[in-house]
Formats: sequence, structure tokens, C-alpha cells
Amino acid sequence: MFDEVTAVMRSAWYWTCLSGYRCHVAMDPVIRLRSAVALAGRFPVLAGVDLDVWPSEIVLLQGANGAGKTSILRACAGLLRVAAGEAVVLGVDLTADPRPVRRRVGLLGHASALYDDLSVADNLTFAVRAAGGDRRRVAPALERLGLLGRLPSTPLAALSAGQRRRVALAVLVARDPELWLLDEPHAGLDAEHRDLMDALVLDATARGRTVVLASHERHRAHAIAGRIVEVAGGVAVAPAGPIGGVGPGRGASPIPAVEAGRVA
Amino acid sequence: MWRDAVLVAGKDLRVELRSRVTTNQVAPYALIVLLLFGFAFDQDPYILTHAAPGLFWVAVLLCALLAIQRSFGLEAADGARDGLRMSGLDAAGIFLGKALAVAAQLAVLEAVLAGGIVVLFGARLGHPLLLGATCVLATVGLAAAGTVYGVMAAGLRVRETLLPLLLLPVVAPVLLGATQAWLAAVGLSSGGGWRWLTLLAAFAAIYVALGVLGFGTLLEEA
Repeated sequence: MFDEVTAVMRSAWYWTCLSGYRCHVAMDPVIRLRSAVALAGRFPVLAGVDLDVWPSEIVLLQGANGAGKTSILRACAGLLRVAAGEAVVLGVDLTADPRPVRRRVGLLGHASALYDDLSVADNLTFAVRAAGGDRRRVAPALERLGLLGRLPSTPLAALSAGQRRRVALAVLVARDPELWLLDEPHAGLDAEHRDLMDALVLDATARGRTVVLASHERHRAHAIAGRIVEVAGGVAVAPAGPIGGVGPGRGASPIPAVEAGRVA
Repeated sequence: MWRDAVLVAGKDLRVELRSRVTTNQVAPYALIVLLLFGFAFDQDPYILTHAAPGLFWVAVLLCALLAIQRSFGLEAADGARDGLRMSGLDAAGIFLGKALAVAAQLAVLEAVLAGGIVVLFGARLGHPLLLGATCVLATVGLAAAGTVYGVMAAGLRVRETLLPLLLLPVVAPVLLGATQAWLAAVGLSSGGGWRWLTLLAAFAAIYVALGVLGFGTLLEEA
């Protein structure tokens, strides 16, 4: 209830700022990266990223394969160590210790991060309880993702790639973290569940959550994103700014806040 | 920490119950190892009876390697380790949970192997209290050390071959202590069995402490 009220107030506040002033200076960004460098071995997968993401935004990272989109998401999840620069997510300094942020962040990656031998329901129950959540969230999440009938008791190994993706998404819905990081969220889903994916993202931001997604499905991703950030060579090279026609409740940020070579 | 440990142990044991790898693959493997020892010693009752405790613990070590490989293989598949890290579970709790699950599987395998050496080698089980204490301490030590070295090898592509190389030399004191304590329990050794338990208890305490304190760092670096 409190989250919904906060989200409505935030949306109303955004609308008052539509003239483009940098009103967000009064708020703390959910993600703040400054010259963030991350290494995979000796190879710099992030080579000095600057990025700000504000509460309730939907930000689309787009770029070629190997550009660094997944690395940005993993760094924000606290899974990829930021070796240099500034990296603060949900107020947690990732360069000092990324572990405190993880329970507050959900990452839907290429892998499902689930156990093949456990049933769908067991996987969800473990994930929710491990994150400190209430197991009563499991059933509504299964229902929301259409994982009904015999599916909850089916071992994950017996599911198709699309069904596994839905189970991973159900974990995210059941956990309902403050920051959703989605890496190619539409991959493997049929048309019906792609629509559902979009609805879940919009619903999450309406409840005050923040979403950063990386996607090659431009048409779909552009339809829900409030702002686009171009990534290349491990840096955010060019902000595309807000997408026209996107208003509050769809994760819009009215402030492009573009600086030379920076994305804010 | 204990809540997280119970959660992780429950998950690992549920995976084992569903997959039945321990009962359908590792336990038969353990019995085959005993049979091969029997063939190697040419059914000589004297040698087999005297060597039975040592052969038992060698077989337990080989089974422990499989159980530990399996425990961390679960986390390596399909990014499950990232899911575990993202959950925010206490690292010491994860260590204790994984070690508890390995220890539970080892306890089952030890029961199977004990039956095996009695039937195949004609071995005696002797002093039950000393034998029970030996099994408990050796199992805790093996599970704790195995979990520490298991997570060290977990992130490497060569983990299947590296783990035995790391673990087997380290657990030599468990093999020595547990074998000697068992020999004392059945009256085949002149030394007191209880003093070997001190070695087993010290080993277990060291690796439990190492795991509780260092598992978080090892999990991050793996």
C-alpha cells in the first residue's frame, strides 16, 4: 500500500517537472555509475561507464553483441566487481561491498539460475525464502505467469526453454525486488508471454520499482522504455533520450539530462 | 545463519531425493570399490579383516569426492550459483547447509559401506561408542573440508580433476585417525582409540571454523 502511494506521488511529481528541468537532483538515483570499470580477468568489460537511473524509470540498454550491456546489468546486481570508479546502487557502494544490494535487486539473466531436479514450485519456494520473502507469494506468482495445473509439480528439467524463462520470471515477480535487471527478457517467450512480460514491467514501475533492461528486440523494448542508453565498447556512448509519448505509469523520465559523453 | 543453513541443506537434500544420484549411483559405486578391494586382496581373510577399516575409509573418501563434486555441480549448472549469491543468504549459512547435506549423504554411504565390509570382508564393528564417535567426527571433518575445497574449485573448468588433487592430501589426517580409531575399537591396535578422536575433532573444528569465516570470500572469488 505504501509503495503504491509512493509511486503515485512520484508520478505526480514527475508530471510537474515536464518542462525538462533537472528536478531529479532532489532525489537519489537508484543507479549511479561514474567512470565505472569492471574486469573479466584482465579484460575490461566495462571501460568507464557513466549512467544514472532514477526511481520508477524503465531504461533500455541497447548495443551490439559484446558491447557491455550484460556487464552493466551484472555490475548493478553486484555480481561483477567494479574495480575502479564510482558505483552506487540503491544507496549501496558496490566498490566497497556489493553483497548488501543483492537481496534488493532481481536479475533475469540468460541462465535461469534454477535447479533442474527441483520442481517449479520448489524452485520458487527456495528462491523466495532464500531472499527472505514469504512463501505465500509463490502461488500468486505462479498464477500470474500461467504456471498452473501440473506445471508447479513438474521438475524444471522437463520444461521447454520458454517455460523455464517463465519460471525465472515468476521468481522475480514473487521476490518483487526494488530494482529489476532484465537481460533479453523477451528471449524464448511466445507472443502471449512477451505481452505479459511487458505488462509486468509496466506494473512494476507503477508500483515504484525501477527497471533496466537490455534487449535486441527494439520494437518491443522501445514501446515500454522511458529512456534509451546506447552501449558500445564497454561504455555508455550515446544517450538516445526519452521516448516520445511515454508518460507516468510507464516508467517515463522526462529528463534526458545529457552531458557530453555522459548518460545521466 | 542457522535458518539459512537449514534452507540450503534442505534444498540440496531435496535435489538428491529427486535425482537419487546418491542412492542409485554413488552407493553402488561404493560397493563396487569394496568388491574390487576384495579381488585385489585375493579373499585372504586375515588381510581383509585387518585392512577393512582402512579400505572402508578409502571408499568413504572416494564417495565424498563424488558427493562434493555433485554438491557444487548443482550450483554450476544454469547459473544457479548466481541465484545463490543474489539471494543474500548468509555465506556461513550456505557453507553449513552444504556441509550438512554432504555429511547426511556420507552418513548413508557409511552405513552401506559398513554393511559391505561386514558381509564381504567379515570385518567386526567392535566398540559401538568409539566407532560411532569416529564416524561422526570423520564425517563432519570430511564434509567441512570438502565444502571448503569444493567452492575453491567450483568456478574452474578443471574442477572435476582439481578437486581430488586439492582434497585428498588435505584429508589424509582423517584417513589416518579414523582408521586407527576403528582398529582400536575392534582390538586390532594396541594404542588407545580415543586419542585419535582428538585428531579427528581438531581437524573438524579447524575446517568448520575456516568454512564459517572464509566461505563468503571463497564464494565471491570462485
